[in-house]
Amino acid sequence: MRYRATLGLAAALVAASGIAFANDSVLKNTANPNNWATQLGNYAGQRHSTLDQINTGNVGNLQVKWTFSTGVLRGHEGGPLVVGQYLYVHTPFPNNVYKLDLAEKGKIVWQYEPRQELSVIPVMCCDTVNRGVAVASGKVFLAQADNTLVALDDATGKVLWTVKNADASKGATLTAAPVVVKDKVLVGVSGGEFGVRGHLTAYNINDGKMVWRAYSTGPDAEVLLDPSKTLMMGKPIGEKDLGITTWPGDTWKIGGGTTWGWYTYDPELDLVYYGVGNPSTWNPVQRVVDNDRAKSDNKWSMTIFARNPDTGMAKWVYQKTPFDEWDFDGVNENILADIPIAGKTRKVMVNFDRNGFGYTLDRVTGELLVAQKYDPQVNWATHVDMATGRPQVVDKYSTFHNGQDVNSTGICPAALGSKDQQPASYNPDTGLFYVPTNHICMDYEPFKVAYSAGQPYVGATLSMFPAPNSHGGMGNFIAWDASTGKIVWSKPEPFAVWSGALTTKGGLAFYGTLEGYLVAVNAKDGKELYRFKTPSGIIGNVNTFEYGGKQFVAVLSGVGGWAGIGLAAGLTKDTDGLGAVGAHKALGQYTRLGGVMTVFGLPD
Amino acid sequence: MEMPTRSAARAAACVVAVLALTASGLVLADQPKAPNDPTQPIDPWDNPYAMVDGKIDFGTYNGFRRYHASCHVCHGPAGLGSSFAPNLLDPIRERLDYQAFQETVINGRQVEGATGDRVMPPFGLDPNVVEYVPDIWGYLKARADGVLDRGRPDHLAKGALKGRE
Repeated sequence: MRYRATLGLAAALVAASGIAFANDSVLKNTANPNNWATQLGNYAGQRHSTLDQINTGNVGNLQVKWTFSTGVLRGHEGGPLVVGQYLYVHTPFPNNVYKLDLAEKGKIVWQYEPRQELSVIPVMCCDTVNRGVAVASGKVFLAQADNTLVALDDATGKVLWTVKNADASKGATLTAAPVVVKDKVLVGVSGGEFGVRGHLTAYNINDGKMVWRAYSTGPDAEVLLDPSKTLMMGKPIGEKDLGITTWPGDTWKIGGGTTWGWYTYDPELDLVYYGVGNPSTWNPVQRVVDNDRAKSDNKWSMTIFARNPDTGMAKWVYQKTPFDEWDFDGVNENILADIPIAGKTRKVMVNFDRNGFGYTLDRVTGELLVAQKYDPQVNWATHVDMATGRPQVVDKYSTFHNGQDVNSTGICPAALGSKDQQPASYNPDTGLFYVPTNHICMDYEPFKVAYSAGQPYVGATLSMFPAPNSHGGMGNFIAWDASTGKIVWSKPEPFAVWSGALTTKGGLAFYGTLEGYLVAVNAKDGKELYRFKTPSGIIGNVNTFEYGGKQFVAVLSGVGGWAGIGLAAGLTKDTDGLGAVGAHKALGQYTRLGGVMTVFGLPD
Repeated sequence: MEMPTRSAARAAACVVAVLALTASGLVLADQPKAPNDPTQPIDPWDNPYAMVDGKIDFGTYNGFRRYHASCHVCHGPAGLGSSFAPNLLDPIRERLDYQAFQETVINGRQVEGATGDRVMPPFGLDPNVVEYVPDIWGYLKARADGVLDRGRPDHLAKGALKGRE
């Protein structure tokens, strides 16, 4: 006891001295390839491991080493973390956390089982998912569905502090994995389909005190940007309070812009990156100023922010889909990498947006370098104007142009996006990005909807179907060249690939499928080398770690999420005649609910 | 502090609702199909929908839209269920009448089960739902009766038929 108290005091002194020390634990843990210490593998979000014991030559022999049932049968997003001899696994609501000891064959060291009001369940629009915990500075951070951010003692699992981040009675929930940067833990908020006004918030890791909160809409002072300094397309924004003036009346207060994706961080530039989600409602007619699209960007929805982690101030912004008309919820992760652009190595970030464009931006300034479609079916815009950064919207697919109560048909991608939250991977060995994608299109009819606090605020009817005139399936796993914006190879899948990708120095790329397969392919050409069917559909992210001199691959199974809702019953009418899809239109024929972690390894 | 009491009360209320539904299910197996009579007023009790030349009445079409805005994120497309909430067409075929449907939509429902707690929120204060319960019922009833297929139905103009439109 006394020993631990002394250590605790030492840690407190270090924190008090103001040295950026706390995140050193994350840097240290992620630098060791034996660990999988953050949800995205490292601060840059690369989901790449330098382990190579499992490689293209032997992956065909991969076998299940052990499994762990989470005891919860809902959509399992995110994945297990491994630090040293311990593995941390989380569950969907009620958000249990287990710390397992790898030295004792996965024995449970402690478990945390929060009690939460059941009334939070139905305000989680698309299943009670959670994308995982963060481990840092002797603590485990969990963002619970009921908006409680909790810090647990890594040694005992006891609650050190909790803080309430938002109000579930207004439709706000938490699903995103927190990220620890220095002595702060960052959390977002979910609830874009309930008219929640989005924000990103930093809390002190030692006591849970709020340090700053940056809203996604509203006055500059609350968005934490300075129009004379914060850059947009390489220049200061200039105009004040665009987070108000680009909305009709007070609608910015219920304007969405939630922040439920992944957050990345560049320690050298000291900038945090994240994407802001769709504006509420899905009916664009209710978000237009003077019936003029040009005045109605609905800022700062659909925006990538680069912020200072200490103050929250925005260094630069880039809005991907101004005035959204399709629910292209812009929260997807921003992967940091240094890659050649026109022959010169640049510090970039790469974003595979829901809207179907793969963006490469200079992460120092926010300059737009590349914007190309990463699914050739994308049709709502012809291209992105590189001078203005704006997508050139095709009237035929503009649900605003076609108007309220009109069904706009054949829009690609669907609201699920060409990619949803499932995080991609960057492999420095090949220089390519490996992207799990959806290959689904939609009809979209917006109509007038009334706001009522805590009730769904959607305002559109959608039907979704596999991309027509293609392979008939609903997904692809692709390799992408972010320097030029080109697909290098594309591997079709019958269902949307809703699992986070992993690449390794063993020349491999891994992903999971909605039917439940863990798949390994050759990173060079996408040739399939291994496939194993786990107990339920996979919407979690594949991870790898080494313990006791052996490399393992781990993944959570447990179908659900929006994938489970949209696909469980199949997407199309029997009469739609969309070719091959008829054979596998209903996911329910392939998998059922589950909640299991499967750990793979090579034969002894 | 008040949490356990409130949940307990809600759970108790919900058990009653479930028992009531189960009991009525035993009596009312295989509900009769709705009349689908365009000459009579559209009414959730006696004539919840009507189709003329392959086109459904406007209210039921509106039910399709409302369902897919507020209900489908849990109950799946076209009432077919999802991994999160049950299929609605089977219970409508087997036991659910308009009375029970209306009560559940307005008051919500909570079921504890082996696969986890299922919670439906009360929509009694949601103007996007509560004002259109008869339309949503008409849509689901037409689906359950096999009159409407999945997807967007062709529809008559607003006011083409008598009744709730």
